[in-house]
Amino acid sequence: MSTPAKDYTLAELMITAGAEAFRNEGEVLATGIGMLPRLAASLAMKTFNQDLMMTDSEAYLLSEPNPVTGRKSHEGQKSETWMGFSRIFDNVWSGKRHAMVGPTQIDRFGQSNISALGGTYEQPKVMMLGVRGFPGNSISHPNSFFVPSHSTKTFVAGECDMVASIGYNPERLPKGYELDDVKIGLVITDLCVMDFNGTNHGLRLLSLHPGITTEQVVENTGFEVEVPADVPTTAAPTEEQLEIIRQLDPKEGRAYQIKGNPAGDRS
Amino acid sequence: MSKVLSAQEVVAQIEDGMTIGIGGWGPRRKPMALIRELLRSDVKDLTVVAYGGADVGMLCAAGKVKKVVFAFVSLDFIPLEPFFRKARQSGSIETMEIDEGMMLLGLRAASWGVPYIPTQIGLGTDVIKVNPDLKVIDSPYDNKEWVAMPALKLDVSLLHVDRADKRGVCQIKGPDMYMDEWFARAADKTFVTAEEIVETDFFAQGDEARYVFWERSMTTGVTHIPGGAHPTSCSPAYGFDVPHFKEYNGFAKEGGFEGYMDKYVTGKTEAEYQQAVGGLDAIQATPLPVY
Repeated sequence: MSTPAKDYTLAELMITAGAEAFRNEGEVLATGIGMLPRLAASLAMKTFNQDLMMTDSEAYLLSEPNPVTGRKSHEGQKSETWMGFSRIFDNVWSGKRHAMVGPTQIDRFGQSNISALGGTYEQPKVMMLGVRGFPGNSISHPNSFFVPSHSTKTFVAGECDMVASIGYNPERLPKGYELDDVKIGLVITDLCVMDFNGTNHGLRLLSLHPGITTEQVVENTGFEVEVPADVPTTAAPTEEQLEIIRQLDPKEGRAYQIKGNPAGDRS
Repeated sequence: MSKVLSAQEVVAQIEDGMTIGIGGWGPRRKPMALIRELLRSDVKDLTVVAYGGADVGMLCAAGKVKKVVFAFVSLDFIPLEPFFRKARQSGSIETMEIDEGMMLLGLRAASWGVPYIPTQIGLGTDVIKVNPDLKVIDSPYDNKEWVAMPALKLDVSLLHVDRADKRGVCQIKGPDMYMDEWFARAADKTFVTAEEIVETDFFAQGDEARYVFWERSMTTGVTHIPGGAHPTSCSPAYGFDVPHFKEYNGFAKEGGFEGYMDKYVTGKTEAEYQQAVGGLDAIQATPLPVY
C-alpha cells in the first residue's frame, strides 16, 4: 500500500523524515515548533503513531491535528481537553512529550542555543529569544532538531554561545545523572538525517537526502560527524503520505519554508 | 468596598526600584494602558518579571528598567522584540535569564511563602552559569543535585482581564489565563485593568464563576479600560494589532522609540491614544489569530 513518490519537494521529504522521530514514542505530546516540524508531528499522528497527542498551539489538546494552513477560526476543531500554557509545563515535567525544535546553534555535545549570539553574556552581539523552555524541555523529555539550512553557522565548531539545552557534555553532567538520561532524537536537515547516538554520543549520519554527498554534510558541519561505511538514502515520501500532507496543508505553506522550495531529489 | 482606581492612581503607587510583574504572554493580554501610563511617569530602576513582549521592550526603551527577569521577550509573529534586543545589545540592562517553567516555579514559591522550589530545570545549561544567584543544592531525599529556584517576590503585579467587579473579582474568558493567577498571588499589590466592570451578581450567572482564577483578596485595585490591552490581544474580545506591531518594529529601524512615543504616548491620554490607533471600535474589531 505504500508507493514511493517520484515527484516531491525537499520540504516534503523533511516532513516525512521528521515524522520518523515520533514513530516509536508512544502516547506523548508531539510538539513541532514551526510549520515543517508541526507537519512532521501531525503526519506521524495521522499515520503510524495515532496515540500521539497534539495542541492547537493555543490552549486545547486535540484528538485530530489541525491543518497548518487554510483555517479561519478554531470552530470545529477536535478539542479533547484544556491545555493552557501552565498545564504544558505539567506535561513537560512528566516527560510525556517529544518536541521537534529549530535551534540557531547546535554543538558537538548536542547542546543548543536560541538565546543570544556573540559578544559577552552581558552584552551579546545578537540578542535572540532567550532560553525559552529549552532548559526544562531538554532535561525532561526527548527533543529532535530541525535545521532548514545545514551549515557550520548552525553546527558550530565550539560550544554554543549560550547553552540553552542540556546535551551530552560530560563536564556539564549534573550530579546523579548519566549521559544516557539525556534524550536527543533525530536531527533533520536539508541535507540529511542524523542522530547523537555515535561513539560517546557523537553526531552520526543516518541517511543522505537524494543527490547529497557525505562530503557536503562533512563540509557544512563544524565538528566531526560519524559516517558509517554504508549510508542509505533518506526514504522518499510515499504517495499516501503526500496526500495526507496536502490535507494538513491545503494552502501549501510548506512551499515557503525552505529557500527556493527545491525538489526532494537533487541528483 | 470599592477598589476602583484610575490608571494614574495605580502608577502613583509604583516607586523607583520596585520589582513589578506583568501578566499576559508575548503579544497576548498585556496591561498595555498601564504600561503607557508608566511610560508617561518618571518612575525608574524597575526590575521587571514577565513572559515578555512589547511591554518589556517599551519599558527598556524608555529607560525605566534596571533588570529584566525573563525566559523570552518576543512579539511572536515578529520573533525578536526590537527594543529589548537593543537594550541587551547595548549592555544597558541587568538580567536574570531563566526557563519559562522556572519563572512559574518562582512565582509559585513567592505565592506559597516558600524560599525556593527544587527543580531539574537549568541543570547542564548556561542558565546556572549566567545567574550566580541561582543555587544548585543537594537533596535530602536522593543523590541528585537540584536547582533551587528562588521565590520571585513582586512588589506590584499589573494584569489585564476581561471583566471585574469593583471589589476585585476578576474574570478571564479567553482560552488561557497564562500565569496571571501566579502574578496576582506573588505580588504585595496587584492592579488590574478590565475591559468591563460588572455587578457582582454577574458572576452568579451560569458558569461565569468558573472563569475567575484568584480570589478578590489578591486584587488591590481595578481600573476600567476597555481596549486597554491594545496592541496586544484580549481573546476572545479582540486579537493583536499586527499592523501596529509592524509599525512599532519599524520605529526600531527608523525614528527610534522617541518617534513611537511622540506619535502615540507622550502628552496623550489613553482616550487620545485609542483615537490615534483608530478608535475603540477598531481595537475591538481586530481579528483573533488562528494558528
